[in-house]
Amino acid sequence: MIKISNIFLKTIIFSFLISFKTFSAEAIDPIKVDWSFKGLTGKFDRSSLQRGFQVYKEVCSSCHSMKYLSYRNLGEPGGPEFTEKEVKAIAASFEVTDGPDSQGEMFLRPGRPADKFVNPYPNNQAAMAANGGAYPPDMSVLVKARKGGADYIYSVLLGYEEKPAEMILDDGVYYNKYMAGNKIKMPKVLSDGLVDYADGTNSTEEQMARDVTTFLSWAAEPELEERHRTGVKVMIYLILLTILVYLSMKRLWSRIDTEV
Amino acid sequence: MSEHEYQPKSKVGKWFNDRLPLLSLASHLTDYPTPKNLNYWWTFGGILTFCLVTQIITGIVLAMHYVAHADLAFSSVEHIMRDVNYGWLIRYIHSNGASMFFLAVYIHIFRSLFYGSYKSPREVIWIIGILIYLLMMAAAFMGYVLPWGQMSFWGATVITNLFSAIPLVGESITTWLWGAYSVDNPTLNRFFSLHYLIPFLILGLVVLHIWALHVPGNNNPVGIDIKKPSKDTVPFHPYITIKDLFALLMFMIIFSGFVFFAPNVLGHSDNYIPANPMVTPAHIVPEWYLLPFYAILRSVPDKLGGVILMFSAIFILLILPWLDTSKVRSSVFRPIYRQFFWILVIDVLLLGYMGAMPAEGIYLLLTRVGTIYYFLHFLVVLPVVGYLEKTDPLPVSISDPIMTGGANVSFAKRNDKNI
Repeated sequence: MIKISNIFLKTIIFSFLISFKTFSAEAIDPIKVDWSFKGLTGKFDRSSLQRGFQVYKEVCSSCHSMKYLSYRNLGEPGGPEFTEKEVKAIAASFEVTDGPDSQGEMFLRPGRPADKFVNPYPNNQAAMAANGGAYPPDMSVLVKARKGGADYIYSVLLGYEEKPAEMILDDGVYYNKYMAGNKIKMPKVLSDGLVDYADGTNSTEEQMARDVTTFLSWAAEPELEERHRTGVKVMIYLILLTILVYLSMKRLWSRIDTEV
Repeated sequence: MSEHEYQPKSKVGKWFNDRLPLLSLASHLTDYPTPKNLNYWWTFGGILTFCLVTQIITGIVLAMHYVAHADLAFSSVEHIMRDVNYGWLIRYIHSNGASMFFLAVYIHIFRSLFYGSYKSPREVIWIIGILIYLLMMAAAFMGYVLPWGQMSFWGATVITNLFSAIPLVGESITTWLWGAYSVDNPTLNRFFSLHYLIPFLILGLVVLHIWALHVPGNNNPVGIDIKKPSKDTVPFHPYITIKDLFALLMFMIIFSGFVFFAPNVLGHSDNYIPANPMVTPAHIVPEWYLLPFYAILRSVPDKLGGVILMFSAIFILLILPWLDTSKVRSSVFRPIYRQFFWILVIDVLLLGYMGAMPAEGIYLLLTRVGTIYYFLHFLVVLPVVGYLEKTDPLPVSISDPIMTGGANVSFAKRNDKNI
């Protein structure tokens, strides 16, 4: 009886897991991408991160903030790993409001690596006013904040299509086949050749979507590489220790007439 | 018990022990006679202690960097994740640790249900355990509010609004709980304060839980009373400590798997969106470990009825020792109850699943069936089966597998391995 109920139990749990997937889908499933940072030892593709930053800087950053990142992060291990000189140059290319100075005035100065990424708008209201009432979400943790993560972001970037004939869209609303409800207020931004990649890579739509999604994934989880690396070590250590403790336990319990 | 005879060897030790018998206590804890046939389901007590200590330590460190303010909470969590040394590790251990804590406590509770550990003379251990479980739910709920993401905010809104169902004073109570006219900064502040307090209340209850356990001693898979110490028992140290350590390490491997390789899989992605009172998420769902009760809450069309039923589902456990009429503790010797036990396990899993689904159509129907069965199990099945069931013969002791009534000798052993 117990064995049968055990099997029964497992079958039920298993069927729950399967049905969970099918029932909870709202829009169509995002494109599955074989990201280099997936898996137990996954790492970011360094050059893809650097290209992705270029796409972010030249395209996304005109509307989307990324307020939890600092320019110094761009040079840290596990990220795009720009050189110190490059990071300084990137930071200096932004104007940062600082102050008040000794006269009580706010002033503009070139950015420093310690500065947070500059916001494109002074506040949320300004962002909404400039974008037809929709607030472009901060992109610092966007990949973690969306079901489907990197796959979903990548899919939405490539999901712009002609709307179905029967669908009525308001002004400033676009059709996107991966977006929940298929309506999005962000226009299609990527088009072939939009960005001139510094490393000479051909900037197709797919390439840019892939690069910028990689960049956003790093931005959301800058600790990912260190986490994976530490995790593997911790696992090896725990498994070895478990084996040792198991053997000691067997040895100890051999004095007792009971199986352990 | 052995601590009565215990005398420290050194003069200083004796001097101290006569004034505060800490050494006697340590001696009692190491020599504590434990049934030698405890299986691995008994290792979850130690695992739970580890979980509590881990949550307290990581929580104290997080509190050094976290800011309990509606405008700053979300950013301070990101600050911990990005700028604090190993902040990501501490936070992921803490957030996944909550899930691991509940996973372990559910196994611990169902172990008690299967082997009848809640029955005489262990009712007080059981009641303290249920109080710990209640406090755990309160602590976990408030902890989930602290990052001040969308699920934090709306979860807090839904749960605190439950109290508004109380007739006459409901609205006032809700306002009093919030400290405002909606979930707002005062709510976050008090939740942080209570989230810091509750673990220490739990710690106090855990001490009582263990103290109460050490009076009658452990139950065991066979469920019979044993002489202590005897050839049926082993000293707690080193035999049980090493076995608990082995089980704890296995548990830590699973725990680490979540922390390092899937730290967000048990959470909800919406909680990485900062709280916004103007935008309601499509589905407001609590963390997985609260889902069965959430399902029971939503199974009733009336709000007050749902709240009463949800709290009854927990409080009914407090009187469980008196609802079960069977004199035999272990389900190994209860062929009928054993089947109902597994049906209850399935029922709770079903309710958990339904709690994550929208409350409509077939889901709502199944939720109602599941809820009714949950109460039927405790109010009807347990008392009736206890009276009617013909239990299998019990062995005389753990070491002598001789059955009262001379039944199959290997029965107990065989069943034990199958569970």
